[in-house]
Amino acid sequence: MSTGVTEKTQTTIGGIRRKFAPWTDPAAVPLIRYENVSKRFGEFTAVDNLSLDIYEREFFALLGPSGCGKTTLMRMLAGFEDPTEGRITLAGQDIVGMPPYKRQTNMMFQSYALFPHMSVWDNIAFGLKQDRMGKGDITARVEEMLKLVKLEKFAKRKPHQLSGGQRQRVALARSLAKRPKVLLLDEPLGALDKKLREETQFELMDIQMQLGMTFLIVTHDQEEAMTVADRIAVMDHGKLIQVAPPAVIYEQPNSRYVADFVGDVNIIEAKVETVAPGNVSLYTGIGGGAKLSIAQNVEAKPGDTAFVAIRPEKVRIDVDPPAWQEANCLRGEVWDIGYLGDLSIYHVELEGGVRIKAAKPNLTRMVERPITWEDKVWVSWLPDSGVVLTR
Amino acid sequence: MRKGLSWFNTTSIVLGFAFLYLPILLLVIYSFNASRLVTVWAGFSTEWYWKLLQNDQLLEAAWVTLRVAFISASVATVLGTLAAIALTRYGRFNGRMLFSGMVYAPLVMPEVITGLSLLLLFVAVNFDRGFWTITLAHITFTMCFVSVVVQSRLVTFDRSLEEAALDLGCPPLKTFFVVTLPIILPAVVSGWMLAFTLSLDDLVIASFTTGPGATTLPMRIYSQVRLGVTPEINAICTIMIGIVTVVVVLASIITKRQEVARERAERLAAAG
Repeated sequence: MSTGVTEKTQTTIGGIRRKFAPWTDPAAVPLIRYENVSKRFGEFTAVDNLSLDIYEREFFALLGPSGCGKTTLMRMLAGFEDPTEGRITLAGQDIVGMPPYKRQTNMMFQSYALFPHMSVWDNIAFGLKQDRMGKGDITARVEEMLKLVKLEKFAKRKPHQLSGGQRQRVALARSLAKRPKVLLLDEPLGALDKKLREETQFELMDIQMQLGMTFLIVTHDQEEAMTVADRIAVMDHGKLIQVAPPAVIYEQPNSRYVADFVGDVNIIEAKVETVAPGNVSLYTGIGGGAKLSIAQNVEAKPGDTAFVAIRPEKVRIDVDPPAWQEANCLRGEVWDIGYLGDLSIYHVELEGGVRIKAAKPNLTRMVERPITWEDKVWVSWLPDSGVVLTR
Repeated sequence: MRKGLSWFNTTSIVLGFAFLYLPILLLVIYSFNASRLVTVWAGFSTEWYWKLLQNDQLLEAAWVTLRVAFISASVATVLGTLAAIALTRYGRFNGRMLFSGMVYAPLVMPEVITGLSLLLLFVAVNFDRGFWTITLAHITFTMCFVSVVVQSRLVTFDRSLEEAALDLGCPPLKTFFVVTLPIILPAVVSGWMLAFTLSLDDLVIASFTTGPGATTLPMRIYSQVRLGVTPEINAICTIMIGIVTVVVVLASIITKRQEVARERAERLAAAG
């Protein structure tokens, strides 16, 4: 473990992220295994026959709208809920039925759940005292934790004497103090404002790497999941829709649900014309009727209905027809422009009534942009910019 | 001109307070009367307080009352707190409605009926009536008050605090004592104080359930007053008013403080 820490501190985040992919290694043994797990509350199915492997030292995000079962999935790992069916193992041990106070997982709660009658120091020491750790060891560990979250000066304060951001750090320190096998984070940054949230996301990643721990985060904020996680599981109605690293989730979503939930996307309905290895040709009636071509392997046959998903930042917008490409060019009219400072979002209404969004970075300081409301324009994209979805 | 100071409002307030406190004020004033006649003022004196100290019957009754109040309030607090926890926590168990209805029934039940039914029970099981029957009766009728006070606190209690303790390795029973109880303690204490004062001044239920050798202060006072009011009675009543006032004020201060602290914490949390 010590070699791992030094190696990590010397390498950049990007470098580590590229190398770290135990899920691609068939020999790797997962730390957490959900095997055909279902959880029903009366008539309501929160988690529906779900299987998932999470590996050691992974930062794993469960992403989905409220009510999709992500919190239930996490609470089953913490021991607050037991699955109706299925098996959950942690480090090879079946933990179903084991009470929460015997599990080697710790949780950081959405409400922080700091004990209001205890000081910051006592809050952090609480879990260590339950383990009957020696006094000296407790002091050392609490001080280490305070240092980790930069709250050395606040040890004697009570939770109500702290700001929201400080409380969040105490909650984090408390849940890390016992060095759990897995740290569970339930919407940990939901109560913070945007700036603080972004800072804290990077701190979380830092801490996770420093301690070499496995983190499981539940969030409905896709940006948060994209920022912190090694892999994201997108959930809906108690099922996993896609489990993949953030870039794959964003660039190669496996369904309209994932494409739509993560980031902004334009979805165009089309008919498959020809399928070749590495390329699909489609035809759409909208935008004056156009041929679409996407560089991708797809399991579909000519005549099938499919959906082309294209992210706004990958859509080009021109006044003249883009003569340099023969496919993926649609005609329309600028319906609205959203000026965001760094970007302008053009809403283009295609012939046939479908609206498509194109994001254009504002590279110059011009206030008057060349393309404006009600201009006739062409939107286009490259064959490897879009993705064809069959569900 | 400020609102609320019109002659009408002033009169209402004066009349209201006079109606409430004039009798008590008279009682307190005449307890310092030098005359034996309760209604004729003959100068200031603390004579009746000294006399009181020599009145063994009254002192004995006061001692019984305090012991009954202390024991019954303590037991009622434990039972009432447990009932409150059961009612707020275990969402839907069989007979929840029945249980909560039954816990709160004594709140609205006429005391005569409570007293009479307890008497019948004690007679039926052949329980020797006296100190312990009064205590049991007081536990029964004060428990629901404790339960109401504690339950109103538990409703706003964040369950994730207990989950956090469990998660950090603390077993459930210990969690109750190191996390739950310290946090709801102010409500439990004010519940105890409420039970204590209720027991202290109960006459009806005590009269029904008492037996030889166990006379509470309200009973003693009532029986003496039938023979004529003496300034001694005024003195003992003044002391009782003092005790009840102190306890009630303390209880409300504790509750208020807890509320203020919670509000402040919530404001801070909202402000981030």
